[in-house]
Amino acid sequence: MSAPIPNIEDLKNAKPNKAAGARIPLVDGIEKVTGKAQYTADLDDHGAFTGLIFRSPYAHAKIVNLDISAAQALPGVMAVITGEDCGAPFGILPIAENEYPLVKEKVRYKGDAVAAVAAVDAETAQRAINLIKLEVNELPAYYTPDEARAPGTVDLHERRKGNQERSVNHEFGDVEAGFSEADLVKENTYHCAEVTHAHMEPHAALAEYDAERELMTLKSVTQVPYYVHLMLTQCLGMDSSRIRVIKPFVGGGFGARTETLNFEIIACLLAKATGGKVRMQLTREETFLTHRGRPETDIKIKMGLKKDGKITGVQAEVTQKGGAYGGYGIITILYSGALLNAIYDIPNVKYDGYRIYTNTPACGAMRGHGTVNIRFAFESLLDNIAEELGLDPIEVRRANLLTSEFETVNGLRGLSYGLPECLDWAEEASDWKEKRGKMPKNKGIGIGCSHFVSGAGKPVHWTGEPHATINLKLDFDGGITILTGASDIGQGSSTIITQAVAEILGVDYGRLRIIANDSAITPKDNGSYSSRVTVMVGNAAIDAAKNLKGILVEAAAKKLDCAEQDIECLGEVYRVAGSQDPGIPFQEVVNEALVGTGTITAKGTYFVPEAFQGTGKQRGAAVGSSPGFSYAATIAQVDVDEDTGLVTVEKIWVAHDCGFAINPLSVEGQVQGAVWMGLAQAFSEETRYQDGLHMAPNFLDYRFPTMVESPDIEVKIVEPIDPNGPFGAKEASEGALSSIVAAVASAVKDATGIEMTETPITPDRLMDAMIKREREEKRNASKKGAA
Amino acid sequence: MKSILRLTVNGREREDLVPQNMLLIDYLRDTVGLKGSKMGCDGGECGACTILVNDAPQLACLTLAATVEGKKIETVESLSQNGRLSKLQQMFHEKLGTQCGFCTPGMIMAAEALLRANSNPSDEEIKKALEGNLCRCTGYVKILESVKGVIESNEEAAA
Repeated sequence: MSAPIPNIEDLKNAKPNKAAGARIPLVDGIEKVTGKAQYTADLDDHGAFTGLIFRSPYAHAKIVNLDISAAQALPGVMAVITGEDCGAPFGILPIAENEYPLVKEKVRYKGDAVAAVAAVDAETAQRAINLIKLEVNELPAYYTPDEARAPGTVDLHERRKGNQERSVNHEFGDVEAGFSEADLVKENTYHCAEVTHAHMEPHAALAEYDAERELMTLKSVTQVPYYVHLMLTQCLGMDSSRIRVIKPFVGGGFGARTETLNFEIIACLLAKATGGKVRMQLTREETFLTHRGRPETDIKIKMGLKKDGKITGVQAEVTQKGGAYGGYGIITILYSGALLNAIYDIPNVKYDGYRIYTNTPACGAMRGHGTVNIRFAFESLLDNIAEELGLDPIEVRRANLLTSEFETVNGLRGLSYGLPECLDWAEEASDWKEKRGKMPKNKGIGIGCSHFVSGAGKPVHWTGEPHATINLKLDFDGGITILTGASDIGQGSSTIITQAVAEILGVDYGRLRIIANDSAITPKDNGSYSSRVTVMVGNAAIDAAKNLKGILVEAAAKKLDCAEQDIECLGEVYRVAGSQDPGIPFQEVVNEALVGTGTITAKGTYFVPEAFQGTGKQRGAAVGSSPGFSYAATIAQVDVDEDTGLVTVEKIWVAHDCGFAINPLSVEGQVQGAVWMGLAQAFSEETRYQDGLHMAPNFLDYRFPTMVESPDIEVKIVEPIDPNGPFGAKEASEGALSSIVAAVASAVKDATGIEMTETPITPDRLMDAMIKREREEKRNASKKGAA
Repeated sequence: MKSILRLTVNGREREDLVPQNMLLIDYLRDTVGLKGSKMGCDGGECGACTILVNDAPQLACLTLAATVEGKKIETVESLSQNGRLSKLQQMFHEKLGTQCGFCTPGMIMAAEALLRANSNPSDEEIKKALEGNLCRCTGYVKILESVKGVIESNEEAAA
């Protein structure tokens, strides 16, 4: 292949693409703004049957009889399947697989999937669903952890006596000794309502079974195609090599799609049963019922402080209402404890966590996994004690900072710590010193801090493989194709990976193309969860690009007849360093590199260094370990309407330590989105059930702020450069979320003097608290008067 | 029952035989094949299906196809012309007014309707006009900046 004749001036003026740190738009942004981006429901489903699920109207019941004969007999119905059609359970953790795509013997929540139908069209499928007859013996149902744990209850799952999915009990240091050293010890309880992801794209799957070749192809909305692949292998009883999983554009996930979901398997079971193609497009209501959100949480927390603000010990008891199945529950309850650490320097920590099964939709992982509710409680109590000791909330946090290289009592390690700088900026930008405690009546300002992992040090499935792998293909055309299994779900991972490759090779973006998430083409990736992609896949991308660059430098040296170390790579031009010769264009280097080898594939991998995989000796010690922790300090300014209890957030200042911003525009967007999602949890989001029936499975009843109610969110990016991160980067999309719930509660307290210990802080709850206080004040005044 | 529907979709006149109970969103997505407009809810909750009917924003999921007989329909696919993004698309792209992108077609069409009716809206007017379009990714900050970016670039062009 001959290259166009290079322009000498172009060669001379060549400069490498400084991609790392560049504020570029998303590499797939044009598809999104033009409507060309194809999400699962937009794919060509010509000839597909429509799949629908028959769901349980009972919260807890033993199945006596399931009659599908009338549905099967309906003309146009291609297949009706039940729990008998899938013998294998699935779940995210190999040790806790207790869910079947369609139930066996029992239903455990209102909405549990009992049977499924594939028919020629949606109307026929719905008619068939209406013909299914379910006879049951109802069992007592439990909607709260207390009900489910009471003596004499019926177990939801045979192997979990007393409906306790998991208890976690850890103590590091000596918490009682810590409390005895303290000048003030206080305890308080906090309660957080259950919330859900409410990603804008409803769940959807398109499954195609090639009966002649015995091949299954699933296109789905997943964040974790690899885990879906594993579960399909298990539940379909097929060899994994005969399965192909593709992730099209995905309309958000926030954790909802970090585990295999039942409809993905059901779509494949139906495709297999019909020997054809099946589309499943869940309604918004069904998407709410599929759930996997953040659990309703009760927290009892106790903390001791010295007069100077130093924390001497923390003890927390956390109870999570897990819902009907395990999901990510074990991890959630572990994270809540493990991440009590690694934000402040705390010498003594005791944690007791309980995850309880209830007859409600299953909870799972949600943005800020396991940390949001406990952080709200922790930060609130810290404020409370600081106030009693006469300390400023920012100063008390400063009294407990870690050092930039740290190891916590539970063996978590970090090499960068930007929280001090986050605090400094937030204090300054918000004019904190002039405002805290000094604002007009009903206005207030408050702070919260938070942190999060940049990927789990140990993956859920430990196989000994690298934590991430990237392949680069370079061919005769001079185009570089980046092949990745990392799932872009809107967070911009494809953009970050592209920038990492561009930075190392220095080439123009036009030369790069990224193909993600097709198990037949792209390397395996664990998926988009625990904010792992930037650090892990980013590092693998750097490694791959360096390997490719090595090949190109070797070719250039051969072509220019010099030593490799004398080659200067300018991205689009390679030349002999220091020479007057303008050098040769990229295409010529490629042509040389292909001689004798043909198409080049360069591979890059990343392993989390062992020291960052959890060094604690206790059970579950790996939980919380990470190559890097992000930090955030958030200040909220609010106005409280004392007549209605309505809180208006006037402004948010958030400083986020992401190590290094590979794309500052993207980091801002992620941080703003995280803070906003936290605000929604703080003020309005709440799933509600009446006898187990979801009372808010739509966007009108499940309220989150519209554009009118959303405040300005000013973001400061703090960049301490983490030695483990790609170019120093850490995560940017989860860490800030947990800080905001605490920050607004702190601001509400500054405005009203009332500590709100329950989320969401709705007008009803705040009014109740204000009325209660008014009554108490009157009572105290009259007592004083009487005395 | 089916009947003939005559209308203009993205500048092209069409004549289709459609069931009388067919929703406009299904007509656009399944009959015409324009998949840009999204269905994000079970009806009228999220705004992802916002399209223009005679220049005014409307939810295609709450509109019977038969009711737009003779009208001018525009979807997100109509905005980019001759290989160039519209200003609004360009701003949503450059300023990261889109993350996952699912709400984007509806959001852009709602903003398009606003700017056609009012070329210089205030922040409050922009927020009010986009209030029915939900987004779960951005916190709306960069969406507001994207719309304002169009107004600013129009002002610069005029100056």
